[in-house]
Amino acid sequence: MNSLVLLVIGLAMFTAGYLIYSKFLGRKIFQLDPAFSTPAHEMTDGVDYVPTNKYVLWGHHFTSVAGAAPIVGPAIAVIWGWLPAFLWVTIGTVFFAGMHDAGALWASVRNRGQSMGMLSGRYIGARGRNLFLVVIFLLLLMVNAAFAVVIKNLLISTPTSVIPVWGAIVVAVIVGQMIYRWRMNLALTTIIGVTALYTLIVIGDSNPIELPESTLGMAPGTAWIVLLFAYAFLASLLPVWVLLQPRDYINGVQLFIGLGILYGATLLEAPKLVVPAFNDNVPDGTPGLVPLLFVTIACGAISGFHGMVSSGTSAKQLDAEPDVRFVGYFGAVGEGLLALGTIIVTTSGFATLADWEKVYTEFGAGGVGAFVQGGGSIVNAGLGIPTSLSATILATMAVLFAATTMDTGVRLQRFVVHEIAEVLGTSISKIAATTVAVLVGLGLTFSQGSSGEGGMRIWPLFGTTNQLLASLTLAIITVMLLRKRRNPWPALIPLALVFVMSFYAALVQLRDLYDAKDWLLLGIDAIIIVAALWVAFEAVIAMQKARTEPAEAEDADLISARSGQ
Amino acid sequence: MVPTLSERWAAFQAGLDEVYAGPYRRTFARAQQEEDDLFLLVVLAEALGVPDPAAYYTAELMPAAYPQFHAWHLRMGLDRTPLEHIRCC
Repeated sequence: MNSLVLLVIGLAMFTAGYLIYSKFLGRKIFQLDPAFSTPAHEMTDGVDYVPTNKYVLWGHHFTSVAGAAPIVGPAIAVIWGWLPAFLWVTIGTVFFAGMHDAGALWASVRNRGQSMGMLSGRYIGARGRNLFLVVIFLLLLMVNAAFAVVIKNLLISTPTSVIPVWGAIVVAVIVGQMIYRWRMNLALTTIIGVTALYTLIVIGDSNPIELPESTLGMAPGTAWIVLLFAYAFLASLLPVWVLLQPRDYINGVQLFIGLGILYGATLLEAPKLVVPAFNDNVPDGTPGLVPLLFVTIACGAISGFHGMVSSGTSAKQLDAEPDVRFVGYFGAVGEGLLALGTIIVTTSGFATLADWEKVYTEFGAGGVGAFVQGGGSIVNAGLGIPTSLSATILATMAVLFAATTMDTGVRLQRFVVHEIAEVLGTSISKIAATTVAVLVGLGLTFSQGSSGEGGMRIWPLFGTTNQLLASLTLAIITVMLLRKRRNPWPALIPLALVFVMSFYAALVQLRDLYDAKDWLLLGIDAIIIVAALWVAFEAVIAMQKARTEPAEAEDADLISARSGQ
Repeated sequence: MVPTLSERWAAFQAGLDEVYAGPYRRTFARAQQEEDDLFLLVVLAEALGVPDPAAYYTAELMPAAYPQFHAWHLRMGLDRTPLEHIRCC
């Protein structure tokens, strides 16, 4: 089959999802009210609460949620064939992620812009909030460990990306100086920054860099991981304007350019899918499609992390309640587009099925490498950019996503360490907290040996944890809908499926990890299972209570928002 | 009224600035506050018993610092004012 068919059907589903389903959600379920005074207006402080134009806010929201995950997940999941991944990404985006992201935004807007953690305390109980902290800690730990390995693998498999990847740091630092010290116009600075980045890509393409066999006694893979954590350590300690802010910005611009290149090339080339719809000939050791598909593709279908962004920053800046549709729902569609693009390039960017099978030799082997390789050949055929340069562009794009997520992850982990220290009645310095965050991440990455492959084995565990977080958010939305006597099914159905699949996946993984005698991951998985049961128990009680208690008055949110309850 | 091209460009530039600065507003506000707290500490150094060779100059700034004093000592973890002559609470 031709990939263009997949592209057209996928785009049609996303469009219909936004135009029809999100309209239904906005009108009937959330009952978005243009007259509702959002927290951005009620509590304007010029810092967190700032009414923001919906297009700008969508840009913030989308670049915050789009990391390497919508590339990594689908690129691994196509091992079961293109159809399961395609269906889960499209249906997942339209009926699961859209509902989840827009719902989280709506729930938070109706509760003074409070985070999901606070809302779980209000709607599910104090234990729900504690659980939320445990899940977030695990999630950040996994992000840091897994993304370090993703980047390391790309730097080794695509040595031409080494110069642009590390050069991007220099470009970001210079962009930061141009804006803050030299007060240069941002539009001009953006053009200069992006041009510099692409020049580095061209330079890197003809100058591949590989680490020697041994660097200070470390193999190349080990050395890259150590270097990456050292970078994340420094990046998370520097003032944000020096590196993180310009880096996130340039990366956001690069995200749009990358998506344009990918979709443009696919439209022009329309390559054929070489992978069967269902792949029966999976390598030994590949886990079953059900339930692992549903946790392997988290971002790009449904991701709990999005709820954190929706309720963390986006809700505080929403100008008018009807913007929930555009910012929340269309933000999820943006991630779906990235995931759809990944499925197309990893299933049609290879000449033959045999070539594809050479890459997908085991579960987790395909991944981002396949995205770069397959995408490189499509961009070459569609836009005429040499294969090697195309691959370098895509590898740089993937690494930049992963790296910005990783350094933000280390920074957030540092805050969590600070909070834990406070709970224990002590204080910890910035450097010590960052050291703890980096060492814990390094420890987990090397838990499977010095090559760091442990990082990727964690991936399905990341998916499980992330989906658990999504269940928690959907449970909060369901309780809110039940209290208001509105139709809870659009939230309840995704909640049931996501919960059952992630719980089932956690059980399957528990058995596999026991067989592999992987005690560390087994311990983490056990914590996840206990947490999942806990969520289910608490959520069912909260829902039961919401159903039997008198209905909430229509203006209850308004009153509670004004009184600060 | 249909916006002119230059108005559209200005709006685009403003949007771009917003995209750049928005996600980091809180971090900058916090950094600004830390800097202000440190400045207040310098201004009050002599009063707090820390020898300050520049006290002659910083003393002049004290009246300007009074309005922020209460919030400052609370942020520093002191429930009550540490200075006898500044009775804010």
